[in-house]
Amino acid sequence: MPAHLSARLRSLLLSLFLIAFALPAFAGPFEDAVAKFANDDFSDTEEAIGAVASSGNPLALPIISALQDGRLMADPDSKKVYVTGADGKSIDAATGQPVTSIPDSASAVRLNNRLRRSVDAAVGGLTLQSPDVGTRLQAAQSVFKSHEETALEAVDGALAKETNRSVKAALGEARAAILLFKSDATEVEKLEAVATLKARGDQEALALLTGMGDQPASVTKAAASAIGSIQSSLAVWSMVQNAWYGLSLGSVLLLAAIGLAITFGVMGVINMAHGEMVMIGAYTTFVVQEVIRTRYPALFDYSLLIAVPLAFLVAGAIGVLIERSIIRFLYGRPLETLLATWGLSLVLQQAVRTMFGPTNREVGNPSWMSGAFELGQITITYNRLWILCFTLAVFAILLAMLRYTALGLEMRAVTQNRRMAASMGIATSRVDALTFGLGSGIAGIAGVALSQIDNVSPNLGQSYIIDSFMVVVFGGVGNLWGTLVGAFTLGIANKFLEPVAGAVLGKIAILVLIILFIQKRPRGLFALKGRAVEA
Amino acid sequence: MTPHMLTRSLDRSATIFLAVVAACGILIPLSNLLLPAGSFLQVPTYLVALWGKYVCYAILALAIDLIWGYCGILSLGHGAFFALGGYAMGMYLMRQIGTRGVYGNPVLPDFMVFLNWQKLPWYWYGFDMFWFAALMVLVVPGLLAFCFGWLAFRSRVTGVYLSIITQAMTYALLLAFFRNDFGFGGNNGLTDFKDILGFNVQAEGTRAALFALSCLALIVGFLICRAIVSSKLGKVLIAVRDAESRTRFLGYRVESYKLFVFTVSACMAGVAGALYVPQVGIINPSEFAPGNSIEAVIWVAVGGRGTLVGAALGAVVVNYAKTFFTSGVLAPYWLFMLGALFILVTLLLPKGIVGTFNAWWDSSKEKRAAAAIASAAAEDGVTEPKMAE
Repeated sequence: MPAHLSARLRSLLLSLFLIAFALPAFAGPFEDAVAKFANDDFSDTEEAIGAVASSGNPLALPIISALQDGRLMADPDSKKVYVTGADGKSIDAATGQPVTSIPDSASAVRLNNRLRRSVDAAVGGLTLQSPDVGTRLQAAQSVFKSHEETALEAVDGALAKETNRSVKAALGEARAAILLFKSDATEVEKLEAVATLKARGDQEALALLTGMGDQPASVTKAAASAIGSIQSSLAVWSMVQNAWYGLSLGSVLLLAAIGLAITFGVMGVINMAHGEMVMIGAYTTFVVQEVIRTRYPALFDYSLLIAVPLAFLVAGAIGVLIERSIIRFLYGRPLETLLATWGLSLVLQQAVRTMFGPTNREVGNPSWMSGAFELGQITITYNRLWILCFTLAVFAILLAMLRYTALGLEMRAVTQNRRMAASMGIATSRVDALTFGLGSGIAGIAGVALSQIDNVSPNLGQSYIIDSFMVVVFGGVGNLWGTLVGAFTLGIANKFLEPVAGAVLGKIAILVLIILFIQKRPRGLFALKGRAVEA
Repeated sequence: MTPHMLTRSLDRSATIFLAVVAACGILIPLSNLLLPAGSFLQVPTYLVALWGKYVCYAILALAIDLIWGYCGILSLGHGAFFALGGYAMGMYLMRQIGTRGVYGNPVLPDFMVFLNWQKLPWYWYGFDMFWFAALMVLVVPGLLAFCFGWLAFRSRVTGVYLSIITQAMTYALLLAFFRNDFGFGGNNGLTDFKDILGFNVQAEGTRAALFALSCLALIVGFLICRAIVSSKLGKVLIAVRDAESRTRFLGYRVESYKLFVFTVSACMAGVAGALYVPQVGIINPSEFAPGNSIEAVIWVAVGGRGTLVGAALGAVVVNYAKTFFTSGVLAPYWLFMLGALFILVTLLLPKGIVGTFNAWWDSSKEKRAAAAIASAAAEDGVTEPKMAE
């Protein structure tokens, strides 16, 4: 049983304690059943579990889960049974009355593996009636996993009352799992069970079907075909999963590289401090969240919305400053630009390290970005999904900006023919500064997004710089679409190589492939043609 | 290479440089070994090791200057060749440990025993012989550079593209060498060396000898570089640097020239790494870090690219500064200084220390010559017509 489930049970237990205290004690079969726990005999314990679980008594769940955790104490002399709580307080298991102390002769009721399974099943059955949908769903899933025959009655009962669709489906699957392993179930029931499991179609269903043991011939045949269909559908889903991971990685790469595509691709400036602009964006997010946490905690869910424009402005302003103070003196000397901006990256990293410390800073996920949902057999986390959407939005906005705004027009003009643009009255040095600022600003908002999935530390940018250059060089310099295609190609290729070759070897393989690819097409996938190439 | 060619290729700064390196290579080991410890002129052993490290860096800087200063190839992956040479030497030193390792396995190095390896991987064969390891120090970096350069130069990958893919190369090697199952000690690298050619690597005499050897290697490397750049081949290299397309149109096989000089440079870097490892006592994957390679480029830029002497000088100056600043109260500011150095040198001192000095010296010499001509002309009573610039 997973840890979170038992934690949930414990909290449930606490509320049940409170109910239990309010109830009057009543004598009868329940008390007799409870007393059997004190016999220290496995078969008596098993009977007791069955009787207590089916009693409908509100104390049943506390008792069974105490038994599960080794907190059910039995005194063989007085035949009294006690439930000890996690807080050290104890109650009498038969009556629910609090007791001050437990006799020294009492010891924890022992379990063996077989009993442990029926305990799990009993707990599953008991929580099936919980008012909380989440608890019921988890209970149904745990019954599915344990598929104990004893739980069948509870599952049938719950199924009759259940109104929630997903819980109902889970209960149906749990029932199928039980029936499949129930020796006296009819062939029709078993065939239905196989069909239900086939519809579930995941790894666990596959495990149940492959491990079901001796069955009537028709069931074995149906199961074999179900196994085949599940396996092929699982293979497809794992492809889908890889593709999704690849898209997600591609979106991260694209986000990190998009600013570089402007400064390197459009302006021809090798900005090795690009990664540090991403880092500055991430730290801006951190500062925004700190201010919100201390001053306006209610606004936390909006922290990223505030951080995005701020990061754009901060990183953009720093970018303009860099262009005016360093890069403009180095136009036409790309190798020197590379060295100077590398030096700049060291300075920026060290500055951030001095201001914020060398360790990772905590940046939280807003509620709308945390969690995940299931799509078929794969799990999609909201933060990855949002980052993908955000990246595509940034890309679209940038593309539109370059195409439809005056600044975009001027940028393209200066890139294509600087002297002609200057002759037409465009202030080329202003355009240079703004273009560089734009590229840096976009790196800044990339930092906001990356702060959600990566550690915010002074080295954040370093880990992206080589990848970003690879994306831009692979996609082709001076072409934003090339960057898009390059990022997603590399992302997906990486994730499809990973299961085959392992994470590190996959990455090495990608690097080697890019190096070889550049030999074949030195200007990338979407190369500029004509005179601009040699410039 | 005739003696005549050798002397012709040496100008004043080269002569001074060779004299200084030779003097250091002889005097520092002698003073360390012969003078009593603690005396004023005695060079302590730790300084011998430290300076030995600088000399190795100087050889690496020479290698970079040869391709960047004279052929315009900015490699951001030369640290990889340096580290490969270092690993080749490290493998020899590991095999020399023998049964003195923690696990006492006569064949397998400790980390392989630790990883439960049963036999030596094939690529470790032969490294118990010094001559083989010494050969590999040249062959492995040289072969990698040859293959890499052959692919890159043939398809005319130039300028920043080349820089970026060399950086990707060293990054890929960094990732590979970090892996335990790659068979080179993973994260920890190779260390705990005992003997080199039967001499204890920790002993003062060995350290002094290694230092002298490093100086010798620097001198030999310098002479090889001088011979290359002052030959006809060197002139073609400079032509490639300044106008690659034009040189190609003149009928030169540009890629062959580049490939030759790139391979030579990689071998030099490998030798530097091989001398470096026994002196510092460890080689690990962090030597492949892209940052190291870029730092080596800045040594050349500080000293003056295309001057050879400057490259070596820059390596020593920058590394001395690094040792000086990172050991004192200024340690947190070292990265600021290094970063500022990158920016200021490229902006304000594009020719580096030696280049700037040479330019100043030449122009003052010209002025003196012009003054001499003017005074001679004045004596003859003829006035020189003013030249319009």
